[in-house]
Amino acid sequence: MAQTAPTGDNTLLTEAIPMRKIGRLERFLGPENHRVLVGLFKTPASIVGFSLILFFVVVALAAPWIAPPINPNDPYRIPRDGFRSVPQPMGSEWKVRQPPLPFWWEPIMGTDQWVHLFGTSEGQYDVFYGVVWGVRTAFKTGMIVVISTFLIGITVGSVSAYYGGAVDNFIMRIVDVFLTLPFILAALIMAAVLTPKIGRSLVPSILALITFGWMGYARIIRGDILSTKERDYVMAARVIGVKDSRILFRHILPNAIFPTLVLASLAIGDVVLGFAALSFLGVGTEVGYADWGQVLSFARNWIISLDQYWYIVVWPGLTLVLFVMGWNLLGDALRDILDPRMRGKS
Amino acid sequence: MATYIIRRLLLVPVLLFGVTILIFGMLQFLTPVERSALYVREIPKNERQINSIILRYGLDQPLYVQYWRWLTGTKDQLTGERNGGILFGDFGWSRTGSQPVANLIRTRFPNTLDLTLWALGPVILVGIWLGVQAAVHHNGFIDQAGRMFSIIGTSFPTFVFGLLVLMIFYANLQWFPPGRLSTAMTVVVRAASFKSYTSLLTIDSLLNGRFDVFIDALRHMILPILTLSYLSWAVFLRVTRSSMLETLRQEYVTTARAKGLPERDVIYKHARPNAMIPVITLAGFTVVGLMGGVVITETVFDYPGIGKAAAEAAQQLDVITVLGFALFNGFILIIANLVVDILYAVIDPRVRLS
Repeated sequence: MAQTAPTGDNTLLTEAIPMRKIGRLERFLGPENHRVLVGLFKTPASIVGFSLILFFVVVALAAPWIAPPINPNDPYRIPRDGFRSVPQPMGSEWKVRQPPLPFWWEPIMGTDQWVHLFGTSEGQYDVFYGVVWGVRTAFKTGMIVVISTFLIGITVGSVSAYYGGAVDNFIMRIVDVFLTLPFILAALIMAAVLTPKIGRSLVPSILALITFGWMGYARIIRGDILSTKERDYVMAARVIGVKDSRILFRHILPNAIFPTLVLASLAIGDVVLGFAALSFLGVGTEVGYADWGQVLSFARNWIISLDQYWYIVVWPGLTLVLFVMGWNLLGDALRDILDPRMRGKS
Repeated sequence: MATYIIRRLLLVPVLLFGVTILIFGMLQFLTPVERSALYVREIPKNERQINSIILRYGLDQPLYVQYWRWLTGTKDQLTGERNGGILFGDFGWSRTGSQPVANLIRTRFPNTLDLTLWALGPVILVGIWLGVQAAVHHNGFIDQAGRMFSIIGTSFPTFVFGLLVLMIFYANLQWFPPGRLSTAMTVVVRAASFKSYTSLLTIDSLLNGRFDVFIDALRHMILPILTLSYLSWAVFLRVTRSSMLETLRQEYVTTARAKGLPERDVIYKHARPNAMIPVITLAGFTVVGLMGGVVITETVFDYPGIGKAAAEAAQQLDVITVLGFALFNGFILIIANLVVDILYAVIDPRVRLS
């Protein structure tokens, strides 16, 4: 049998591993995280998701021009066209206390009579106004809750994972306790407990959603830290006598945080859903605050005649569904990308 | 498996203790006057009454004393009568319901149980069927449709979905009304001749031989069942599908195909039973999830279960009542989770044999 002598010729090897240009972003994020990020911008589902979210961002930013408020200092109060309870149909004229006309209305319609585009709800609340300004409420509450729960979650999870043993056991049992009650019921109680203390506003619901929303992140980051903790560079840091807190926050967390970070950023949809559910059930914001759950709850007394007043459910409902769907489409694409079986493919 | 079950059982008192601490903690947000509803019916009005109640029930005592009293209640020195004590099933006085919270739970819970039990069947069967179909026709039409369905389904808040189906099937078509029973049937049920055996209305009506009541009750439950189930369908579909895909890749499935078994047998006799292990756990958690989901569903459909009662009490800021419901729910869920975990250990050979 002929022996192949090593020739020092590496052409085969270089052909097998073609040189790939590694961009600055990829260098910064690392190959695995970079793959996730690029994947997110390539999947059709996530592109649709991004477009939906972008649309809502534009609406939120342009809210004062789309539906101008009566009092610019208090824009979240839905303007009322009188106080009668029977909903008015779509396109009916605005009679009492008409808010300023949006700039785009006259050129398109050729009239300076502002109408109820989506009709009015029980108590003559303008549905269109509530839907438009509800986008701002949604982003605001979503962002506050997601950031807070994320911070609490990673703090609890990383402390638990880093110290391990009894501390870990204790903290994870606390997590179990918080997970025992169904989320909506727990948040409902918390909001009901806090409302008399704080008064009716966004705050009780937000605090309630934060109190019962951090456990998922704590669990995920804990798992990721447990595997990162065993890496050689952590051992190296420990050997040269780096302080616990520095090892945790400088060496372990930055390398373990990415999956949790992405998940958290996509959780806004779920948070907004929970918030809307709370205001639909009647806790949290004061009546007439521009948020989707509130607008939908106006429909509760009109269920028997919803065939006639369908617009008081369909418009705010559709908006909420599209908003949540945008985030879910992104999340679904992300789940596929993060799936370990997909790793190594691009 | 014995060690697993023992460890799991040891967790129960820990969880029970934790949940009571959590709820006791929430109680501390209330003023002593509000907390007095744990022990007495009347809202204390003047300074003197307030002070005497605080003194009598120790509402100014250190927290551990108060916690113990909250758990075990207080005994009246003269009559020996016990007041409060959640361990004895006394959750306090519901000021919105004008009756003890425990009574409220007792009358409302059977309705909720009735609803969730009826929802469970369709959820599990339809969900599993969809999931298996999606996996067998991987990337085919059913798979893609199922995927769309699960994205749209999870984006639909239950209350929007509930209002929409009410709009279509009640306001437009007049098929399925909200509520528990129509007026005529309520009269039948309230009558003395209608005996209550289980307090589950659907079963009682059958035992009484009143099919008209049974049909009427079901008619009122179809929309809530649908609302409770569509979300779970999406979840079941996803889990069954991925578990089934995983199983279909196993070598024994290839073996079964290689020896010439018909594809039906390969899928339904060889692959599906093994793919069911994670699905069974999920089924357990679905019971738990359905119990949580009832708050919104019952409110939308005006269905008189504990979920609606909790939402109403919360709306009127009757915290004692809501916390009573939470405690009850917490206890039930801890037990349900325990049963699910143990069943899982019994079913899954990987846990059973380790």
